[in-house]
This record gives sequence, C-alpha cells and structure tokens, in this order.
Amino acid sequence: MPSRADIFVEANRLLQCFETAGAEIVETSILQPADVFLDLYGEDIRARAYTTADALRGEQMLRPDFTVPIALMHIKNARRQSRYTYSGEVFRRQEHNALRENEYLQVGYEVFSVSDEVASDAEVFALFAQVLAPFDLKPKTGDMGILTAAVRSLKTTEQRKSALMRHIWRPKRFREILNRYAGRTPISDYQAALITRDVANLDFPEFGLRRRQEVYDRIERLRQDNDTVPISEIEMTVLERLLEIKATAPVAIERLLDIAKDLPALSSSIERLRLRIDTFDAGGIDVETLAFEACYGRAKMEYYDGFIFEFMSETYDDLPPVATGGRYDALMRRLGAGSEISAVGGVIRPSLILEVSQ
Amino acid sequence: MMSQTFRWFMNRGIYMRRLGDERTYSAHIDGIDEVSLVMLSAGEIPRELAAGRLHFGVTGTDLVYEKLPCRESHVESVIELGFGRASLVLAVPDFWIDVDTLDDLDDVAADFRARSGMRLRIATGYPLLVREFLNKAGVADYALVDSQGATEGTIKNEVAEAIADITSTGETLRANSLRILSDGLILDSQATLWRSCVAHFDRGETTVASDFLSRLKI
Repeated sequence: MPSRADIFVEANRLLQCFETAGAEIVETSILQPADVFLDLYGEDIRARAYTTADALRGEQMLRPDFTVPIALMHIKNARRQSRYTYSGEVFRRQEHNALRENEYLQVGYEVFSVSDEVASDAEVFALFAQVLAPFDLKPKTGDMGILTAAVRSLKTTEQRKSALMRHIWRPKRFREILNRYAGRTPISDYQAALITRDVANLDFPEFGLRRRQEVYDRIERLRQDNDTVPISEIEMTVLERLLEIKATAPVAIERLLDIAKDLPALSSSIERLRLRIDTFDAGGIDVETLAFEACYGRAKMEYYDGFIFEFMSETYDDLPPVATGGRYDALMRRLGAGSEISAVGGVIRPSLILEVSQ
Repeated sequence: MMSQTFRWFMNRGIYMRRLGDERTYSAHIDGIDEVSLVMLSAGEIPRELAAGRLHFGVTGTDLVYEKLPCRESHVESVIELGFGRASLVLAVPDFWIDVDTLDDLDDVAADFRARSGMRLRIATGYPLLVREFLNKAGVADYALVDSQGATEGTIKNEVAEAIADITSTGETLRANSLRILSDGLILDSQATLWRSCVAHFDRGETTVASDFLSRLKI
C-alpha cells in the first residue's frame, strides 16, 4: 500500500498536469447536502455514501463524488465554457468488502461547453491517455447514447419506452421488462384476472396519499398495455446484437453500421461515434486496438449518458479502474442547467497509479 | 424471548435463572460457574457478538442480518431455536388491488413520482435488508422512512405509502387493511444461538464452550 503522503504528492502532480492543460483549480466542500444526491440516485445512494446530519442543515453526505458538486458550481457560475480540475477525497461505504477503500483521493478534469461535443470528448480522452501513458493501462470505451437511441427507436408506446429508459442502468431488470414487452413472458394470472374483471366496486378502505383513482387509472393503463402489439422479434434480435458488441472500435463501428441497416434510427448516434473515433485517431490515439463495448458501464449506478471510458491495469486486474469518465449532459439537465450545456470529464485515483507503477 | 430461551435450554438440561426480581438484569446458569449469563436487549446482541464482547448470544435472525452486513466474518449460527418465528415482509394497502408483486410496486413508484414529485415512501425499521432486497429486485424511485414501531399506522398517517415490517401471524397487517405482496417476503427469522467469530477464546474458555455445546448435544 502506498503511503498517504506519497498519494498526496501524486495527486498534486496530476492536478498540475490538468492545470497545465488549461483547467482552473477548484475546491468543493466535503459535506454536501444529501437531498441532491438522494434526488438523483434514489435510496441506493445511502448504501454507498456516508450520511450525517445536524439540526440546522439537516441531512448531509460526505462527498461521494465530485461530479455533482462541480456541475452545480458550474451552473451557479453561469459561464458558457469552463475547464475545472480538482483534487480531494471521496467517501464510499464498503460494508461488504473490507479490502475496498472507503476513503480515497480523486483528481479530476471536467469540461463544460456549448460547443462541439465530439471535440470535448476527444479533448478529455486524449488528455487522460497522455497523462496515463507511462503506466501501461488499457483503455476501454463505450457509448450509452447508442443504446438509448435504440430504445427510443423501438416501435412501441412511449410508456413502454420510458419504462425501459428508466431501467437502462439495471441490465437484469431491463431484460425482464423487455422480454415482457416482446411477449416472451406472459403476464401473471393475477394481472390477467385484474384487467378482465370489473373492479369498480371495491369495498377495501381507502387511505394514504396514493388514492383509489390512481389504482383505477393504473388498471386502465395495464389494460391498454396488454392490448399493445409486442415488440417484434426482428427488433429484439437487433437489440440483442447491439448489446453483444464487444470489439475494437473499428470492428464495433462496422457491426453497428450493419445493425443500422435494420435500425436506421441508430445512424446519427453511430455517426457521432465514428466522428469521435476519427478525432481520436487524428489526435494520435491508437484506435485500431481501442476496446469498445456497446453496454459497457451499464451495470454501475452512474449518470453517464454518452461517451464512457475507463483505464484499467491488465497486470493488476483485481484493482478497480485507475481512471473513469464520460459524458453527462442529462445530469446537467436534471441539475437545472440549460439544454445547450455539454459536460464531459473524468477522474483518476492517484493511489491506484502508485499501486500499478510499483 | 427470555422465558422461551430459558425453556429451550432447560429442555436440554441447562438451567438458567434470573437473580432477584423481574426488574433486575442479572442471571445465572446453575452448575456452570464458568459461564456468565448476560441479559441484553435483543437488538444489542449482534453488535456485542461482532465486537467480540460476547462469545455466544441468542437473538433473532432479522436483527443479526440487519445490523451486521458482513455477518459471515463476525458471527456464525450454532443452532436455530425454533421459536420467535417472524417474517420481514413488504406490505401495501388492501385497496391497491393493482399491486401484487415487486414489479407492480416499481411501476407504481414511477407513476407516483411522476404525479407527486415525491418518491414512494416505505416505512421500515430494517433499512439495510429492505434496501438490499429492493435493489436486487430492481425497484427504483422509492425512499425509506425510518419507523421504530407502529409501522402499520404510517400509511394512514401519510408518512409512507408502503411498509416493510416484521410479522408473525399477519394479524396486525390485516387489522390495518394491509396485504403482503406475493413476492414480498424479505426474510424468515427465528431465535437463533450465535457464536462470535471475533471473540477471543482462551484455553479455559474453549473447554467451557465445548462442554456447554456438548451438553446441548450440538
């Protein structure tokens, strides 16, 4: 284990690298208001973050990540364009694995702009590749935008699409819902009975905030949903082929273009991917060996909704990724930013750099 | 739970009794002076076992599971005592006839949030177990509300929309017009004898412990 002093020295070195690259050094508080995180991530964040409280400010969390406070700061600054860098500790509860650290330093770089998305993706990725070049790490990339475009293009109701979008980060649940919408799993006997019988006369007492009318409304929705044409096997096959893509970037693009023949709605997001990879190439990144996975990053509870990347050590493959990052435009919208703001960034864990370079 | 525990041990030839009147919390085991009997609230026993301050303890599975997320490295179950049976279950109002499963609950949570701007609230005294359970089932858009008693009343009082609580017969749930989801069983619990994996056993204590367990025919 590297010493704390060494980790701080390494963090400072990385911060300097990012500052030299043009970022402004910023700080955020360690204690963050809990409601922002709870609103974004839901109850699951409590399993990952330390919560504390006082009588005046209410519930607060020990900073579980930098992205949210930095994004809020940018929105408050009301600038069109900014590059920020920061270094500090984040805190994560580790109740199931004593070997995982519950407090570690992160050094990050975030770009907020209103300009070319692809250019900022490339700027961030190239900078991370350059800073991490001495450490023999393998990058992996993904793009949540392609899967979301595929879901949005499905020939089905908005209600079904939004249910799928809501669970896009939970692969198992996403699959269950998808199978049901494709008619592969039948509705339960209970639900079948519910939508066929007359339920107007219910003698159960009504109480609580959810009203009886909402129960009736939902039954009506279930009825309509039951009459909806299932998602076709052709569309299911296309989605499955898409989810399976795990290849080098050029091969992945080939396969995606092939899939787009059956799903033309994917064209623009594939075009963006191709443009991004071309920009990487022009910037001197070896794209021929660059790994791309269509559903990479999906199983983690994160907020990335476009380009995603990580840098892992192949030698120390039991360690978490040394660096992770991606695009989070949707998070900005949810935090109240204007629709024109584009946001992309990433973090490095200096302790892991020291571990892999031992 | 104390008298049932005493009876369980008595049936196996170990006589435990309270010293003094029923307001005192000191006790004794007849004939085994090397074992000191400590009386603690059932909710504190997991913590004491995990800290290694107790070698053995009797408490419910629910409390051990809730309080010790890494229980495998702290305690092991010696034997289930067969009483104090209860289940931690997820329940909703009877009139929510559209909600039969967790899948329905998730759908309703999304709808409730869209309508009210608020996450569907679930009142419980078992946040860890409930969160894990709902996370595994892929239920999103809910919030847990801490409830340390009278949990069944929280929906009527509009501080929660659903509850996760311990029930043995389901009588209280029924009396409050609540119904358990068909896949809403979170945990089956009963009184269990636990051994601390953390507590230090010196040579004398090891002998006493094995003698104690052999008397129980374990």
